[in-house]
This record gives sequence, C-alpha cells and structure tokens, in this order.
Amino acid sequence: MMTISEIQDRLRSGGDWKEIRDSFLRRIDQLQEELKAFIPNGIFSDAEPEADSGSLYGVPIAIKDNICEEGKLTTCCSRILEGFRPPYDATVIKRLKSAGAVLIGKTNMDEFAFGSSCETSCYYPSRNPWDKERVPGGSSGGSAVAVASGMVPVALGSDTGGSIRQPASLCGVVGLKPTYGRVSRYGLIAFASSLDQIGVFSRNVEDSARVLQVIAGYDEMDSTSAEVEVDNYLQYLSKDLKGVKVGVPKEYFEEGIDPEVRHFVNNVRVVLQDLGARCEEISLPHTKYCVATYYIVATAEASSNLARFDGVQYGLRIKGRNLLDMYLRTREAGFGPEAKRRIILGTHVLSSGYYDAYYLRAQKVRALIKRDFDQAFTEYDVIMTPTSPTPAFRIGEKINDPLAMYLSDVFTISANLAGLPAISLPCGLHSEKLPIGVQFIGKAFDEKTLFRVAYAYEQATPWHTKFPRFE
Amino acid sequence: MDWEAVIGLEVHVQLNTNTKIFCGCRNEFGAEPNTNVCPVCLGFPGVLPVFNQKVLEYAIKVGLALNCRIAGYTKFDRKNYFYPDLPKAYQISQYDMPIATEGWIEIDTENGPKKIGIKRVHMEEDAGKLIHGEGASYVDYNRAGVPLLEIVSQPDISSPEEAYEYLTTLKQIVQYLGVSDCDMEKGSLRCDANVSVRRRGEGKLGTKTEIKNLNSFKGVKSALEYEIRRQISALESGETIQQETRLWDANKGITQSMRSKEEAHDYRYFPEPDLLPIKVDSSTIESLRSELPEMPKARRRRLVEEYKITEYDAKVLCLEKEFADYFEETARLVKNPKKCANLMISILAEQLNQRGISVKDLAVSPEQLSELVNLWDEGKINNLVVKQVLEEMIETGKPAGAIVEEKGLAQVSDEGMLEGLARETIEKNPKVVQDYRSGKKNAVMFLVGQVMKATRGKANPQKVRQLLERLLEEGVG
Repeated sequence: MMTISEIQDRLRSGGDWKEIRDSFLRRIDQLQEELKAFIPNGIFSDAEPEADSGSLYGVPIAIKDNICEEGKLTTCCSRILEGFRPPYDATVIKRLKSAGAVLIGKTNMDEFAFGSSCETSCYYPSRNPWDKERVPGGSSGGSAVAVASGMVPVALGSDTGGSIRQPASLCGVVGLKPTYGRVSRYGLIAFASSLDQIGVFSRNVEDSARVLQVIAGYDEMDSTSAEVEVDNYLQYLSKDLKGVKVGVPKEYFEEGIDPEVRHFVNNVRVVLQDLGARCEEISLPHTKYCVATYYIVATAEASSNLARFDGVQYGLRIKGRNLLDMYLRTREAGFGPEAKRRIILGTHVLSSGYYDAYYLRAQKVRALIKRDFDQAFTEYDVIMTPTSPTPAFRIGEKINDPLAMYLSDVFTISANLAGLPAISLPCGLHSEKLPIGVQFIGKAFDEKTLFRVAYAYEQATPWHTKFPRFE
Repeated sequence: MDWEAVIGLEVHVQLNTNTKIFCGCRNEFGAEPNTNVCPVCLGFPGVLPVFNQKVLEYAIKVGLALNCRIAGYTKFDRKNYFYPDLPKAYQISQYDMPIATEGWIEIDTENGPKKIGIKRVHMEEDAGKLIHGEGASYVDYNRAGVPLLEIVSQPDISSPEEAYEYLTTLKQIVQYLGVSDCDMEKGSLRCDANVSVRRRGEGKLGTKTEIKNLNSFKGVKSALEYEIRRQISALESGETIQQETRLWDANKGITQSMRSKEEAHDYRYFPEPDLLPIKVDSSTIESLRSELPEMPKARRRRLVEEYKITEYDAKVLCLEKEFADYFEETARLVKNPKKCANLMISILAEQLNQRGISVKDLAVSPEQLSELVNLWDEGKINNLVVKQVLEEMIETGKPAGAIVEEKGLAQVSDEGMLEGLARETIEKNPKVVQDYRSGKKNAVMFLVGQVMKATRGKANPQKVRQLLERLLEEGVG
C-alpha cells in the first residue's frame, strides 16, 4: 500500500522502480480475477518509465480506458471500439510519461462513461473491493477499484457528472475532478465535451495534488483548456483551516439520502469547525434542476460525439447490403443498451422543433445553476455536500432502472454543469461496512483551497487509513 | 403569360491558407490520397479542433469586400449528418451567428449596374472525397478540414445571365483578395442554386427547388435556364412545383429530382463545445479593412482614367488580378498604354489560352513585353509580326529586339523597294488587275497579300494597299 512519497523514499534509498512495479503487478495478478479492475489485455506488465526522472518517476498509474495511449488498446469498454489502438498519446499521457510514471494498464468503465456502476462495460462489471456483490460506482469504476484495492497507488479517470467522485466515494478513496479547462481533454474520448474533465484517484489528498500538478495546465491542442497559472499545490496542504468559510447547501441533505450518509457528512462539519473553519447552511436554489439539465446537455453532446463510430475508419464494422445498412448493423452491434438510450435521447433533444424546448432551455438553466455557485462563492471558500446519496448498491440493483441509476449522481452533477473543481474523500464507514464520501466543491481554478480543506480534514480523521481486506 | 425567376446562389469557396482549418495538415490540392491527414482531420476518437486564425482573417476580408457587417461575436456549431467523407459525422460550421451578414455586390446587367444582396458568409470545414471503384468505394481525406467560406446571396438574381455575372463578379472579388484561386474545376469554388418562378408582378414567392452538381459557371447558367423552363411549363400545365433538391446532369442538359423536402436532413445544429466563441474587436476589423487591395470595380475606373483606355478594355484587363497587375507594370514602361492594352487583350490572352497558362506562369517579364509594345507602337514591326515575336519570346525568353533583328522581321518601309515589288506584282497578275478595274475593288487585297508574301510579312499592309491603289489608279499594269 505505498503512496507516491513512499515510492519516492524507496527509490531514494536505492530501491528499483522495477521491484516497485512488480510488487504492484503481483497485487494486480492476485486481485484482478475477482475485482475486474482492468480491461481484458489491459495490463502492461512490461511498462516502464519513459523519462529518466520526474516527479512521478517509477510511480505505477492506471488509466481509464477512454484516455488514448499510443499503440495501447483504448476501447471505452465498448464493442464499437473493438481492437482500437490510438496512433497518438493524450496530453495527460504525454505529461505522465515525461514525469516518469509507469503506465501499467487500462481500467474498466461504463461503456463510453455512460453509467454509475461499471455495469454497462462491454467486458464485465468491476466489483467493489469492500463487498464483491456490490458495484464500485462509475463510470470510472475500474480506476477506483484499482486504487482502493492497492493494485496501483494512483489512477486517472474522467468525470462528466460524477464519474470520478461517485466511485471514489463508493470505494473509499480520494477522487478529484479539476476545474473544467484545468486539464487538457486532448486524447480523452469525448462523452460530453462541455462537461468532461480528466481527474485523479488516489489513496490520500497529497497524492491527488502530486498527480494534478503533473497533468494540469494549458494545452494548445485543447482550445477549452485554460491559460490559468497552475499553483504549487503541495504548498497549500496544511492542517489548519483558520478563516476558511464552508457553505453547506441545504438542498443536498433533503430527500433520498441515506440517514447514515447524512450523519457522517454532518460530522464533517464538526471536524472542520474544530480545525478553525466556519460552516454555515446556504441555499443553491436551482439544485433540483441539475439532473434534468444534465441529462439534456450530456446526451445531446454525446449523441454527436458518438456519431463518428460508424464503422468507416476504425473499430467494429459489420458488413451490410449498402452504406445505410452497414451503419445500422455496426451501430446496432457495437453499442450497448445504455449507449443507445443516450444517443436516442440526445438526438431527440437536438432535433428540429425540440431544440428550443430542451437543449436551449437546459443551457439557460445551466447558467442559473452556475450563478447559484457564483453567488455562494462570493461569501464561501468551499461548499460541502455528500458525494453520493447512498453507499455502494448491489450489482443488478439499478441496472434496469435508469432513473434510479441517474439519481446516484444527483450531488455530483452540479460541479460539472458549473465547471467547478470538486473532490470526494472518505468520511465514514456505513454499518454495512461500506465507505461513505464527502464532497468539497471549490471556486473555478481554486484546486489549492480544495486540497487544503480536504487535507486538513483527512489528517484529522482516520478514514484514509481504512481499506478493504482480502484473504 | 409573363414569368419571372427568383434565384439565390450558395457559393462555397476553399480558402488557400497554408494549413487546414482545425489542424496543422497542409492545405494543398492534388496530393496523393490520404497523405495530408492527421488524427484531428481524420476525426479520431479523443482529438480536438484548434481554430486556424488565418481563416478568420480571410473570412473578415471577404466579408468586408462584400460590404457585409462583420460580427463582433461569432461561434462555431456542429452540423450533424452521416456520410463516409465526413470523419466525425458532423461538420464544424456556423449556424446562427455567422462571421459576416447583410452585404451586397454590384453586377453589370443589360439594364446597367444592379446590386445583389449577400445574406451571410460563414466559415466551415470541407469534407473528404469519395472515390468509387469497382465493387468498393474509397475515401480520400486530404480535403477534410480544408477551410471553406459559404457565401449565400439574397434571392435578388432574376435571370441565368445575372447568375453568371454574379458568380464572375464574386469570383473576381475573392481572387483579388488573394484568399482563394476560385477554380471550379479543382473544386475550390462550388455553387448550388435556389430557384423559383412567379408571374411578373406577383408579390409572393413561388416554391423553390435547389439545384446541385453545378460544375462550371456555364453549367450554372444552363441548369438555371433549364430549370426555369421546366418550372414554367409545369405551372402552365396546371402542375405544382415540389420543394426538392435536384441534380444537374450536364451531359443530358436536364435537372433530376434527388430528394424531396420530407427526405431532407435534420442537421441538429448546436454550438460546438470544443471551440470557444470568437470575439472580433473593431480594431482588428479596421486593420484588415486597411489591408484590402483595390477591388475590381475601382480598378476598372482607375485604369480608364490613368491609362486612357476604353471601358471595355479595362473590364477585360481587370477580370483577373494578376492580368491587371501585369498590364499596369507593363503600361508604366511604354509610351502608348492603349497599344499595351490591345496587345494584352488580343494577342497575349490568346497565347495564354492556347498554352493553358496564366500570366503568372509567363516567362516574359513586363519589361520585356514593354519593349515589344514600343517596337509595335513605333511602327518598327507590324501587327502580324507582333504575334510571331511574342510567341518566340514566350518560347525562348529572348528579348523582342533581338528576335526582330535575328529573324529580319523589322517592318520594310523602303518606299522604292516596295514600289518595285508592287509593280512586279501588278504585272504578274493581269487577271486580278482586270477584276479590280471592272469594279471589284476588293481584288486589291489579293495583290496586297502577294506583296506581303514577298516581304515575308514584314511590310506595312496599310502602306502596301495605298501604294497598289495609287499605282492602279495611275494606270500601271
């Protein structure tokens, strides 16, 4: 269970990156079969650092299967990208490589990141290491499992509506979704371009900061990446929260929330106050529109982003009698039910005659949601909410009830709609021995304050030391 | 019954930037298939577009030259449809906030100048190209991501002739800006036409059809002529016009239905989330405005003034910017610019046409051409020899004077020698002389021809004719 600084200590005292890699590979070997964190053929046991030094030198890292790595299988866990090996590296991959990281494998996910349970993967569902009958959350479930079970110290995921924070919460690890534009999306296979953001899974806040430090920053290949200076995050990790003002929106504690989740998240307030922060109840009045708004914007963009998977250039192609028949057969066979559902939804909300009622209105509501946050942040430094209304649910429990599944992201979606950074970290253990997560949402590009608050809380509580046990 | 046509044209112009609109691939015509491609223009999963600012500059220049209002805030949208030549299955285009709107250009018509409104100009990416082979089709993506401007006219065009004139004028303006070569054969200019007819005086527009597959300016004219006839005869026989897209078949000379309104695509436009909206500040617009070259209309007026040439000559010289540039460079060096205009419009243009080259491919410099113009103007060589010398200059690159000397082409103006030849010719052709005397005055031209032949074309034909006529009147022969 090494953290990045422990790996670095070991390398400094003469350890070999190969030994470190192999110890993690042994763990993967031991647990992959039961947990399914990685995709088939997605474990690279010969991975090595591509730089001679760097802030992540020798650190094994797992990559979600929707981030392109040159020459490596990248399929978004969809049949339609069967066998696809990108001819280029995503910007985050380039940056990890030049920081000396060891890219050890591709992790399982919901197909095209459509889901909150990892059950829509075309390969297999991943299993929650705390209870193998339960989901790890999603869509970046594989990355969460890999970190929670100690297969890797850190992993990359992507977060469009909670796909990093929700599985982090369900698996008891730290999950960071940076500000929209903080990390280049170049090479991330798009789900919803205006919401997607690459982020980090780790076992503690410090490692999250260390990885973000490497992958953050402007990239000329992504026009939506921001030319905002990247702070030196480690500098801001302090155990003292004097003067920090925390807003606690009442709308995030109302219906549908598990009582134990409410209890533990409420306890976080007490800890923060002990550390010197001031916590106050606030209101984000447009919260109730988040899920509806999200499923219009996200599916609209997805329907367009997924149109390129047509069998012409790459991935799956099923022969047909003519061009249209080839398209139909390929997409019929290539996409799973949830992908189809979202493509149809998104196509509908953009179609002529419906655009104004759905997409345009959703964009207006999105602006209102963002305004709620802007107003709150004139007074508060961070906002605190539960990450997920419930701990991990059972495999199969929600897969046939899309609405119930969508509601599992009810607390995480707003940060994507508003483009804000947010972090989830463990804050309790449910009576069913399942982790519970708290979410902090910060001002745009103010990841440093998120790290500060999260670190202080983490260091004052025992939760980051609790991990699932395996026989 | 008297009918009138209402025509609007949608023109696509490929911009000649060095690189494509959203990636760094080279923008060039005629490369080996799929050599100017990268993951971005191939629409690979995960890639993102990065806007080429040169395209914005060119679009603003075109907008200004077409007297448009330039948007202070503009954005890209996705136009979604499936086709194998469209790698992302959407085209990045502009929908409701185009870069330029509300412009106009002036065209020449039988009834004098006429303004044609420009509805909008927008930026977008070109698609690839399908190549159909035996039993399979192939896609060449070199063209995918080439920057395009779509220029949409108002339905202000009333005849196929006006449509032709509009295209010619538009092409000329865009070429003058130097942002496109506007070559319809290479596909760097493409045109679709919307046309309807109505009874003259009727306020309401008729149902329109859209005509595609127009491959030349003449084709646009012929297709419109056909389509207008077709619509009128349908209406006159009591049928209704269907709103549809029709394809022009240049071989058969007809338009044929391609798809009806019901089959039309729903493009599901929405703002392109991968690109930021663009703010255009007025200082940018003004600095681009100051870079605009002189436009064809203005240049025509100036050439008439400055070089004292005819309106017609000025119009022909200004058709292509390079041609007009070449004229001015040459005209500045000659004593008689009119002679220069004549030489370029008749003799030089013919030479260029025959060789299928443009004036910028010409090995003859304006200095060299000016020497030829002066030789001609000074009467040192005659009309016939000018052409011969120019051909020689184009082929060998030698100066005009040297060619004239080398080949002995200087005009023969030795009166005594010419008179001798004339007398000789009259004596040798009694029958022709007889014809002349009996009133067939044109017979003298045969004699002129004989004398010219004897001087190997070097005599002044005017002078020879006068000489022969004098001799014949004097009773020689």
